[in-house]
Amino acid sequence: MTTTNQVAIEAVGLVKKYGSTTALAGVDLSVPTGTVLGVLGPNGAGKTTAVRILGTLLRPDSGHATVGGYDVVREAGKVRSIIGLTGQYASVDEDMSGRRNLIMIGRLLGYSRTQARARADELLERFELVDAGDRIAKTYSGGMRRRLDLASSLVGNPSILYLDEPTTGLDPHARNGVWETVRNLVLDGTTVLLTTQYLEEADALTDSIVVFDKGSVVANGRPAELKAQAGKQSLDVRPAEPAHLERVAAIVAESVGTRPSVDVVNTLVSVPVTDGSSMPVVVRRLDEAGIAVTELSLRLPSLDEVFLALTGHTAEEKKSDAVLEGASR
Amino acid sequence: MSTATLEPAAHRSRPFAWVQQSLTLAWRNIVRIRQNPEALADVTFQPIIFLALFLFVFGGAISQGGGWRGYLPQLLPGLLVQTVVFATMGTGVGLNDDFAKGVFDRFRSLPIARISPLIGAVLGDAVRYSLSITVLMVSGFVLGFRFDNGVGNGLLGMLIVLLFALSMCWIWVWLGLVMKTAQGVQGIAFLVMFPLTFGSNIFVPASTLPDFLQAFVKVSPITYLVDTERALMSGGALQKPLLITLAWMVGLVAVFAPLAIRAYRRRT
Ligand SMILES: Nc1ncnc2c1ncn2[C@@H]1O[C@H](COP(=O)(O)OP(=O)(O)OP(=O)(O)O)[C@@H](O)[C@H]1O
Ligand SMILES: [Mg+2]
Repeated sequence: MTTTNQVAIEAVGLVKKYGSTTALAGVDLSVPTGTVLGVLGPNGAGKTTAVRILGTLLRPDSGHATVGGYDVVREAGKVRSIIGLTGQYASVDEDMSGRRNLIMIGRLLGYSRTQARARADELLERFELVDAGDRIAKTYSGGMRRRLDLASSLVGNPSILYLDEPTTGLDPHARNGVWETVRNLVLDGTTVLLTTQYLEEADALTDSIVVFDKGSVVANGRPAELKAQAGKQSLDVRPAEPAHLERVAAIVAESVGTRPSVDVVNTLVSVPVTDGSSMPVVVRRLDEAGIAVTELSLRLPSLDEVFLALTGHTAEEKKSDAVLEGASR
Repeated sequence: MSTATLEPAAHRSRPFAWVQQSLTLAWRNIVRIRQNPEALADVTFQPIIFLALFLFVFGGAISQGGGWRGYLPQLLPGLLVQTVVFATMGTGVGLNDDFAKGVFDRFRSLPIARISPLIGAVLGDAVRYSLSITVLMVSGFVLGFRFDNGVGNGLLGMLIVLLFALSMCWIWVWLGLVMKTAQGVQGIAFLVMFPLTFGSNIFVPASTLPDFLQAFVKVSPITYLVDTERALMSGGALQKPLLITLAWMVGLVAVFAPLAIRAYRRRT
């Protein structure tokens, strides 16, 4: 069986409404077998809704989807036997130990007692939960819970894995651990669909990205393509005196040749740049003008800026409009 | 592009897998009890405290000269009914909690029979009910209670009260599935349980109650279950109360099990 060219997840025109809220307004997705798709989007974009439909936990109002060739509504049982799902909020049984959580799932999947125990030990090891394995999950930290949840979704060796914001709330070490796990799973041929708020994460793990906004796909492509559309880096300057904001903006505009955006609330001037070459110029001009700054940095574009570049509006446009109105009054 | 059809692992598609799945989930509920003994207070300490309170506080007054020893054969079968009936509401509260905490999302994403978690919950609670029955009977024996009508009949009485609990728990399963919060379920449960068990022949002879209460006691299933238990454990007329009790059990299951299963299907 060749895995290239085959589609593990295919969704066409998924629509889901909650009362008057449209969570998904006709979403198409296609994930080739053995690849990682990143779903990016701001709060409320519909990421979780899409994952729950593809994971058979929710029925779409219209549209359809197949996972591993099986229809998520009509053949939900078959879909469940090939997927693993780690939801946005950990769904572990808090009143049992981590080990027992994993053994229970193994038993439900039809493993013998010995097999289920062996699998639990293996996963506890892999997710660095051996020491806490026999403690009741109620006493776990948020990050430990998430790792246990992730381990739970891997008990059955799923060939297709959904991860809804798998690293939110994890410390950098644990985050690296999850990334490593995802990479190893992909090496073994697992198809992964993960949602995230972090461009960096999508960049590090995914083969392609779709960007959701208000229930629709607003962009898709390889991580590099999306970033190219968004401008490569961003230069931030934060004056010590809020009163200097206008003058700093003018200096940055002259030095870089692009008009910067001015964030009155956070006293921040930022501008997209292709590289760091304009930084010394900005530093010199500021020095000549005698303006003290508390921050001067070059960074990758934030998700919000990618958003702005891709969609023409920010994730929280209404809110920032209101702030600007307030500031100009 | 062709679509790959991935084969589900063979070990997952055995016939009767749902039996083992239900047993695993029942085991889960028992493990939860073991790891969380404080959650057991309602089926362990509560019956003991109720027994001690009613026996020593009211015993002398109610048994008219017999003292608490004379009250015990009358009280214990009644208290058994009250304890078990109270324990049934835990089933609904537990289910509601599982949904709220997302545990059911995990079950639903697994290739298991849809009904297994529900059966597992009820089976696991059967263990809880059995435990409370045992705790109460052992306390009774320590205080001098005996099966005057034979051990066989006494044990049959314990079985019938357990079966009654398993019939009645469907009310709470249903409410646990349709109500929003566990606290709400608990609130309703107490509202129903107190009048139902205290407005009965459990603590005092029904003949001492005012007319309107007697009318209620005459139709309440609790009355007939209590009479059945007294007949089996201490002696007395059995046939009529037993038949009415069995009819109630069938009725409760016939009405509330389908309601509960429908609510369950709706949520899963
Ligand atoms: N059970 C529900 N009832 C009503 N509305 C809902 C429900 N679940 C989701 N929604 C709405 O659907 C929309 C999409 O929600 P969804 O959870 O899919 O977003 P998301 O992209 O996962 O957001 P987040 O990043 O905050 O997790 C939101 O507007 C949300 O309010
Ligand atoms: Mg979400």
